[in-house]
Amino acid sequence: MQLYDMPDARGHFGQYGGTFVAETLVEALDELRMTYEKYRHDPVFLAELAYDLKYFVGRPSPIYHAKRWSDRVGGAQIYLKREDLNHTGAHKVNNTVGQALLAKRMGKPRVIAETGAGQHGVATATIAARLGLECVVYMGSEDIKRQAPNVYRMKLLGATVVPVESGSKTLKDALNEAMRDWVTNVHNTFYIIGTVAGPHPYPMMVRDFQAVIGVEAKQQMQEMVGRQPDAVVACVGGGSNAMGIFYPYIDVPNVRLIGVEAAGLGMETGKHAAPLTANSPVGVLHGNRTYLMQDVDGNIIETHSISAGLDYPGVGPEHAWLKDIKRAEYVAVTDDEAMTAFHSLCRTEGIIPALESSHALAYAEKLAKTMSKDKIVLVNLSGRGDKDINTVAKLANITL
Amino acid sequence: MSRIQSVFATLKQQGKTALIPYITAGDPHPKCTVSLMHTLVKYGADMIELGVPFSDPMADGPVIQRASERALLHKVGLTTVLEMVKTFRETDQNTPIILMGYANPIEAIGALAFADRAKAADVDGVITVDYPPEECGEFVKELRARDIDPVFLLSPTTEPKRVELIVSQASGFVYYVSLKGVTGAANLDIAEVAERVASIRQKTNLPVGVGFGIRDAATAKATAAIADAVVVGSRMVLAIEASNEDNLLSNVATLMIELKAAVDAA
Ligand SMILES: Cc1ncc(COP(=O)(O)O)c(C=O)c1O
Repeated sequence: MQLYDMPDARGHFGQYGGTFVAETLVEALDELRMTYEKYRHDPVFLAELAYDLKYFVGRPSPIYHAKRWSDRVGGAQIYLKREDLNHTGAHKVNNTVGQALLAKRMGKPRVIAETGAGQHGVATATIAARLGLECVVYMGSEDIKRQAPNVYRMKLLGATVVPVESGSKTLKDALNEAMRDWVTNVHNTFYIIGTVAGPHPYPMMVRDFQAVIGVEAKQQMQEMVGRQPDAVVACVGGGSNAMGIFYPYIDVPNVRLIGVEAAGLGMETGKHAAPLTANSPVGVLHGNRTYLMQDVDGNIIETHSISAGLDYPGVGPEHAWLKDIKRAEYVAVTDDEAMTAFHSLCRTEGIIPALESSHALAYAEKLAKTMSKDKIVLVNLSGRGDKDINTVAKLANITL
Repeated sequence: MSRIQSVFATLKQQGKTALIPYITAGDPHPKCTVSLMHTLVKYGADMIELGVPFSDPMADGPVIQRASERALLHKVGLTTVLEMVKTFRETDQNTPIILMGYANPIEAIGALAFADRAKAADVDGVITVDYPPEECGEFVKELRARDIDPVFLLSPTTEPKRVELIVSQASGFVYYVSLKGVTGAANLDIAEVAERVASIRQKTNLPVGVGFGIRDAATAKATAAIADAVVVGSRMVLAIEASNEDNLLSNVATLMIELKAAVDAA
């Protein structure tokens, strides 16, 4: 059997991915690619990373059998990979720890990041504080309003949060602004991208750092139930938590991989953030080729999701590839469906999930209902919902 | 010989440097663009760089971002820009037009269809900021098959080996981005630019244009002394932004007169 081996040397996943950047960044990306090649299999680097993941992040994160919720749903058994229990409250930190160690080796005293929900910004600010690096986080001014607690957390950690007022004032614009900073300060700055998007090597590198999720899950499932799940479900914004849990399962037969995008107000309204589910045209944004929500002129259109972390018009190129080769399936759930799942997990399991992760939960519930009790659905619970309590309260007309 | 090549050839005979102003198509309003283009030519533009508005202009600073946003308010996309070039050509068949923009609007039309339509509109050159040569081989072939010049950017960080790769793909001229950063940033170091331009010339006979960071007569003059073309972008757009409907053309003319005199004096 031929094993999955992607991307190619230039970061292509079939027609997707690549390095679509202005000339000024080519040299910086070459340097990053070579540094990553040098260290990705280096025992000293890997030992340092493993140490940080264990003692700073708190890995391995457990897998938890959501028995009561499974019973309520009345179908397959639902297991949760508890990325919400990581330090800083989401999977994002797995990647920032890795990239920050590279920044240190490259001698870059300054790190920058883009953030949507603020989780990646917090995870970057956290590791920057620990390593004594200057940290600047770009965040759309719309998202700053939606995710106030995370903005304050970043400030407490010593980061500078720069509001981005251009375009739709959300995640994609924060990424543009971070890129502009990087071209200007490329000599002393490391850009820590928070998802499996951007130019090569980011989609591959972020996937590799997040793959710890799937590697652990495989071992834990074997130990807990003596077999692998029938389906693995994860939400997809840029796609890093999903790639992280999917990647080690790609070559495992009979495990369905299901990515859940944000259907927002409903696919039919056009107000969503689900380029894969909508079969959006393929185009180039943020350094790679992928499915992109755009108008006939090739301008990126505004997306909608209740969760800031899923509010992105593109998707990591490897997901585009996995969709085309039919190794993964992509579906979308609405704001309302995600909210319902959010509340049921709170009430039946005593876990407050992130709104992003609630999308995965909502689909897992639908799916489990169609399966028998002896089947297993593993959900990547990518983060906790503490950051979302203002948004949820507002929906109930409560001011905190 | 392409229009761009013949303009450079003529200027070389005269011992002159080309002045290439940049404007964003559709800024401040689509109805102004063609008359702005004619004004630029009347006051000394040897070629025009016409920006294609894009929702996510990653390599541009705030000035050109705002120009893009103003144009997008009027839904000016690549199709409209090509129409503008067609209209311009009704009364000007001599001035080369170079489109400058990002990959996605081109991808939305398709590389082949775009090349056909650009040819039909009589476009002379195309700069695609986020198409490095490694990613656009087919596109370059389609352009060259139609005698449209693919113009590539070189940056202060471009390694000598890459310069070779890039000039092997380029035609018309190459465009040296004179500073690290986005369009409109400050701090042009003329001595450093001179050194880089000299080393680029060792690798190619193509004319070398220099842009990014040229903000007044003094920097235009200093740049003209070392380059084959001087590109003025953000400064041009600032003049447009500061104008109203009545003084738009005269303000742009005033700036052009100043820049042209500086470039010719070099
Ligand atoms: C908890 C959580 N899950 C998921 C996401 C979406 O990102 P990705 O698709 O890269 O995992 C985010 C992004 O902010 C997040 O905070």
